[in-house]
Amino acid sequence: MGVSLVEREVQIKNKLGLHARPAAMVVKSVSRFKSEIRFIKDDLVVNGKSILSVMGLAAEKGSIIKIRVEGEDEDQALEELVGLFESKFGEE
Amino acid sequence: MKKEILLSGIPASPGITMGEVFLLDKEEIGIKKRRLEKTEVEKEIQRFENALQRTNEELQVIKERIGKRIDPEQTKIFDAQLLILEDEVIKGEVERRIREEKINAEWIYKKTIEKTVNSISSSRDEYLKERVYDIEAVSERLLSNLLGKRRIALDKIKRKAVLMAHSLSPGDLVNIRKEKISGFATEVGGGTSHVALLAKSLGFPAVVGLKDALRRIDRGDFVIIDGDRGLVILSPTEKTVYQYEKRQKDLLKQKRKLFRLKSLPGETEDGRKIEIQANIELIEDIEEALRYGAEGIGLYRTEYLYLAKSELPSAQEQKKAYQTIVDKMYPNPVILRTFDLGGDKFAGEKTDMVEANPFLGWRAIRVCLDVPELFKVQLRAMLEASVRGNLKIMFPMVSGVEELKEAKSVLDQVKEELESQGIGFDQTIELGIMMEIPSACLMADSLATECDFFSIGTNDLIQYTLAVDRGNERVAHFYQSFHPSVLRLIKQTVEAAHRNGIWVGLCGEMAANPLATVLLVGMGIDELSTSPLSIPQIKRIVRSVNFSQAKEFAQKVLETTDLQHIKRLLEEDYKRRFGAEEIICLY
Repeated sequence: MGVSLVEREVQIKNKLGLHARPAAMVVKSVSRFKSEIRFIKDDLVVNGKSILSVMGLAAEKGSIIKIRVEGEDEDQALEELVGLFESKFGEE
Repeated sequence: MKKEILLSGIPASPGITMGEVFLLDKEEIGIKKRRLEKTEVEKEIQRFENALQRTNEELQVIKERIGKRIDPEQTKIFDAQLLILEDEVIKGEVERRIREEKINAEWIYKKTIEKTVNSISSSRDEYLKERVYDIEAVSERLLSNLLGKRRIALDKIKRKAVLMAHSLSPGDLVNIRKEKISGFATEVGGGTSHVALLAKSLGFPAVVGLKDALRRIDRGDFVIIDGDRGLVILSPTEKTVYQYEKRQKDLLKQKRKLFRLKSLPGETEDGRKIEIQANIELIEDIEEALRYGAEGIGLYRTEYLYLAKSELPSAQEQKKAYQTIVDKMYPNPVILRTFDLGGDKFAGEKTDMVEANPFLGWRAIRVCLDVPELFKVQLRAMLEASVRGNLKIMFPMVSGVEELKEAKSVLDQVKEELESQGIGFDQTIELGIMMEIPSACLMADSLATECDFFSIGTNDLIQYTLAVDRGNERVAHFYQSFHPSVLRLIKQTVEAAHRNGIWVGLCGEMAANPLATVLLVGMGIDELSTSPLSIPQIKRIVRSVNFSQAKEFAQKVLETTDLQHIKRLLEEDYKRRFGAEEIICLY
């Protein structure tokens, strides 16, 4: 446990990108998990529990983000996150 | 007495208000760097945490108030602000640096936040950039708490005033009481900032993006805020005040009067018919178009079918949408414009390139011709919906004759397929093209022999002709609808159409500009298509026009090569027609 890690790539699909509101949703969701969560875009690796780091990715519509989760509840966390990105954060 | 000064910004929330200025000081939070003694370090961290705590409580209170007063949905802004405040990376870094560098909390916090703000500001995405204000709002609040300063309590405003500030946070706005503040203007901000959105939902007239306007203003100055046009008029003359008061009243009166015109036809007083039609984006807009008296749909932007759900609509969905519009408008005409989308949206997986100049790139008809299998689906759906005879097809962004011929041959293929399958469609369906690229206008004579109508798209035509991206604020002032070159291209296009026996409409924003109407009628335009709300206004002008006089007037304008002179002629003509009455738009 905790030795392995899980990863998945997602695409930002909502029109306005990963701005404050969706970033808040992501961070809120992530913070409930014990696992360490990283978002990777190009050569940037950021802490998924920090809203400013997530916003700092400046992820516009169409950008690809790799989610990397490591910890005891990693599968659950990854699944929930992917779902959140897929839902376009409830936006257009 | 002070001189009247006109300050121009970005319209954030519509309406007009005037009054005394309540100036919210920029409150330059003076932050000094201070070295800490070893013994002070833990105390400093404690002080930082206390300030975090206090700021957190303040934001919670504001969030609660906004949920009750405005819209629970808007509280999400404060959820984001709370997360920004509690951000563990920032908090960790600030505490670590206080320990390591032994410098005061204010200084370290400010530096840490600046780093983040810089990386977000470098994003190319305007919307994302505007979110910087959320971070700044949080950090200002925290720094005030660290310094023991308080923002001026807006509640303390004594008399009803107009609020002006360098920046306002959504939190500030919530603290505004409507009986104390009638509108506001800020130096920073864009049309889609949270503050602008909130102002709209609160119903405050507002102007943002005034650059460094505040240095000209003192508390107690009298100003007018024109949220419709993004103007702030400082120390207006009596005459200006009178005009604005009158405009406020007139707006209401005219709205009522214009509405009565809606069922009359678009026709000059000497009987020349000018069709006044509506531009629509969504099927639901038809109701509005009909309510405001549209004589047809001059432009249905089919790409909204895509934009509404971010995937290409199926043949079925397309046919259903087109049929609905055609049926609802019958017997009035409906022009369906084929997808005007960038290749990235249209061709799905086929492309993942980022274009440096999307306006000059792979979009609209160019994509359609490169991916004919998608284009055919759309054309087929349109043809299938054309049986009743009031549907017309239009291609966007045609740049020359070859392109039009190629697109037509795709259309012919689809027609043949339908025929061989015994599926009915309108055999005499009209085909038109958007005239929005200067090269097309220059080739109008040849293009006119290949289609049944033109529709001039002024928004793009002006951008391409004058080489201006009007979204770029540094050059936006070069975007001039009445530039003599633009007018000549329009005139040339109209003449070429008529020489070849086809009709020509205009569906850009110019069609809704009251100053342009007489000129366009005089140039020979046959149809004007605008957003539904503008229809009554444009109808009213058309109905006041004598066609032969308008022709002479257009001739005079076209002989003028000086932009300012052209604008003066148009304004004078408008005044002659409608007296000193303000030029208004209905929205």
